[in-house]
Amino acid sequence: MRTENGALEGVENLKTVHRSVRRVDGLALACGTAQFTDDVDIRGLLTGKILWSPHAHARIKKIDVSEARKIPGVRAVLTHRDVPRVPRTTAGQGYPEPSPYDSVVLDDKVRFVGDRVAAVAADSPEIADKALAAIRVDYEILPAVFDPLEAMRKGAPVIHDQPDSKHIADAQKNIACKFDFEVKQGEWFSGADAIIDKTYKTQYAQHCALEPHVTITYLDGNDRLIIRTSTQVPFHCRRIVAQSLKIPIKRVRVIKPRIGGGFGAKQEIVLEDICSALTLATRRPVKIELTRKETFISTRTRHPSVIRLKTGVKKDGAITDALMEVVVNSGAYGTHALTVMMCAGSHTLPMYKIGNIRFDGRSVYTNLPIGGAYRGYGATQGFFAWESQMDLMAEAIGMDPVEFRRKSYIRAGETSPVFKAMGEGREGVPQTIVSSGLFEALDKALEAGGWAEKRRAYARQTGVLRRGIGLACLMQGSGIAEIDMGAATLKLNEDGSFNLLIGATDIGTGADTVLSQIAAEVLGVKETDIIVTASDTDVTPFDVGAYASSTTYISGHAVKKTAEKIREQILKVASGILDEKVEDLRLEGGMVAAKSGAACKLAEVANTSLYYRDQHQIIASASHFSHTSPPPFAAHVAEVEVDTETGQVTVLRYVAAVDCGTAINPALAEGQTEGAVLNGISFAMTEEMKFAPGGRTLNGTFRKYKLFNTLDTPPIVTILVPTYEPSGPFGAKSVAEISINGAQAAIANAICNAAGVRLYDPPFTPEKVLAALKKRS
Amino acid sequence: MAIKKNNNFIKLAALRCRVNGRAVQKMVETGKRLLDFLRSDLRLTGTKEGCGDGECGACTVLLDGRPVNACMVMALQAAGRSVVTIEGISPDPRILHPLQQGFIDQGGVQCGFCIPGMIMSCAALLEKNPQADLEAIKAGMSGNLCRCTGYEKIFRAVEQARRELELKNAQR
Repeated sequence: MRTENGALEGVENLKTVHRSVRRVDGLALACGTAQFTDDVDIRGLLTGKILWSPHAHARIKKIDVSEARKIPGVRAVLTHRDVPRVPRTTAGQGYPEPSPYDSVVLDDKVRFVGDRVAAVAADSPEIADKALAAIRVDYEILPAVFDPLEAMRKGAPVIHDQPDSKHIADAQKNIACKFDFEVKQGEWFSGADAIIDKTYKTQYAQHCALEPHVTITYLDGNDRLIIRTSTQVPFHCRRIVAQSLKIPIKRVRVIKPRIGGGFGAKQEIVLEDICSALTLATRRPVKIELTRKETFISTRTRHPSVIRLKTGVKKDGAITDALMEVVVNSGAYGTHALTVMMCAGSHTLPMYKIGNIRFDGRSVYTNLPIGGAYRGYGATQGFFAWESQMDLMAEAIGMDPVEFRRKSYIRAGETSPVFKAMGEGREGVPQTIVSSGLFEALDKALEAGGWAEKRRAYARQTGVLRRGIGLACLMQGSGIAEIDMGAATLKLNEDGSFNLLIGATDIGTGADTVLSQIAAEVLGVKETDIIVTASDTDVTPFDVGAYASSTTYISGHAVKKTAEKIREQILKVASGILDEKVEDLRLEGGMVAAKSGAACKLAEVANTSLYYRDQHQIIASASHFSHTSPPPFAAHVAEVEVDTETGQVTVLRYVAAVDCGTAINPALAEGQTEGAVLNGISFAMTEEMKFAPGGRTLNGTFRKYKLFNTLDTPPIVTILVPTYEPSGPFGAKSVAEISINGAQAAIANAICNAAGVRLYDPPFTPEKVLAALKKRS
Repeated sequence: MAIKKNNNFIKLAALRCRVNGRAVQKMVETGKRLLDFLRSDLRLTGTKEGCGDGECGACTVLLDGRPVNACMVMALQAAGRSVVTIEGISPDPRILHPLQQGFIDQGGVQCGFCIPGMIMSCAALLEKNPQADLEAIKAGMSGNLCRCTGYEKIFRAVEQARRELELKNAQR
């Protein structure tokens, strides 16, 4: 795949793509002029607020809002009696969503501390607070359950006992979703020389995008509902709000302004439905902006998981069997419950060559905050188990963990039965690995991490402070095969600039820049000649939105196809101007150039087509979906120091080598990697939502929920390992999610190398490390 | 002074201060935070609210040259003092501050929500310690959280700005 000079085929002559151009929105963001949801003035804007449930599980026997409604300045108070009851999911996924329809806008039952009880709209935040305080609710408190394994037992409180929910797997057992499959090639564990059977637990965690959830809704002059909102999924938002409030989709318009980070938390209808209901009730603009504490208690989390891995391995390093039992705690509602649980298997298992495979997954309701989409989407939980288990298996057969991995991982040209067995919420699509930089990434990460020397040096340490080095390899997908779709529209302006209209949703990732680069490359202009509009459901074509690592791979391909159509149109007009054959023309430097040396500017082409000859707008649209979801691969190496007296673990250095195909913008790809790595490290070391015995969140502030800051951050070394994926635009695969998946396993493996103890339940707090050290001695 | 609004008496007081070099004189509610005064009354929306609790640094502004969380300061505490926000960080609005240039050049911006606060903290840091090394930069920015970048490119951005400012100071 490489040319003689070592460059990757297909990317050697690129002008804009594969270059670290500056972000097209960087200037506005650095100057503070970029407009986020709450950065506009809207006349007559009311404040919307929500009354949150103080109980983990209760029925609303009576709710009296008469006093609240009497308060001057209160414009609306809504309870379950005032809004349509339409079971749906708040998960922003393709339609029909694979998540159960188990929630309504407002219900007569609450299922966790932080569930919605009522909503108000008032002239000011202070009056809205008074109104909330004046609502009298008479609750019948129900027994609650907080542990997913207990929730499945007979006699446990039934959380979803309402008759109108749809697609719940087994409501009586609190099972939101289940999925299992088996590929059997021989007797179970008959070929194994060693069997390792371990259970791994991952914790409740939150996304913590710096911009809290915020939505502004209003009616335009034609009585249409306009939703300006911090979302990753404008089109799913439009559909779900219309469905929830029983209004036609044509009456709804969703506008996505700048978004202050998402990470999955905004792949969800968190405020848009209730804010819209307040606008419909008052006919006034309403804003709901969550506080940080409300974000913690009421929005979405990373599904905690209990994963049992029972694997068999032969002395020669072949993995004979893998039994993977996954139970995820879905919290009070089943948003993304099926798909996150499945991705714990579908995004991990194909990386390993295994004989017998069985996957058994359950997503279980409890009376705790709701699980949702979170960068990594199940793969994060799955890889903690798998890449820890890889070290255990290597140890059991006395093989070097790197050599064992090299024998076990899938290679280009190979396939896995898991691709077909497991998709997202349904059967998957068979696929063969076409591009893989996994082994190159592994070599580079080991080299940059100083693996060989350090692993040897750290083998026999004594003393209080001990160092260790650990490894984890990873994969993810690039979009969801045969489900995700993105579309784009391009048009040419008089000055040779282009409008690029995309439903693809830049939430801070740099998508607007990457997609501009792709268009610019095809059209022979600079990325700054592309004016991006994204996203507005009235204006831009459809796109599923920013999730599943799909934007570059799916939406990027749609942009490339669109630009190619536009190029044809431009060349046709230019051929008339220059009196040259189309085949002799090319686009370059804002010009159409002919082999003969003749040339004309794009501006001339635009003016000719708009004003002089055979007048028409040069404009095109194209869509893209994919039959395959080529995995990016990565190798991570973590180096730690363990204080054996205090149990404190310090991450000293972290290396992440990533194969994302062609990096359309290497600096942005590095930024995605570094951000994901640090989120992963923080998740491994400190982040955990804690709950009181009654289910109340105990640490819903940044003071108590510890994110890594600048002082905590270890040096992160990022290495991009280029490959060329033929099915992607200019050879690109995805990069956004994969690097969040490695830290828990790499650090657990490093701790084990340092101190000889293995931890199965992150975060790796000093208490847990100390307890493990004590237990060993 | 008090006015009646929706049956509630609201106490107002006169606030005189300088914001981004300009004299400002306004009646403000006594309980109003500096953050809301900047964003709502002056429409300087570059300053962001990430937590409302002084924990994330997204609302950092300079008060008499010192970085403060505008969510933890009452508007009236700015009386007689000078406030600088991201909108006023560069003395000449046509020219970027070296920190802004650094963040753009080094890819230090992702979603950008934390960036105005980051830039204000760094501006105060480099003013106080023009030779700030990486450790000093990390310490000076530890009150500013970012969830997107992993901080690596932000460190590079501040280092670029420091070099730029050193050069400028040397030319003076």
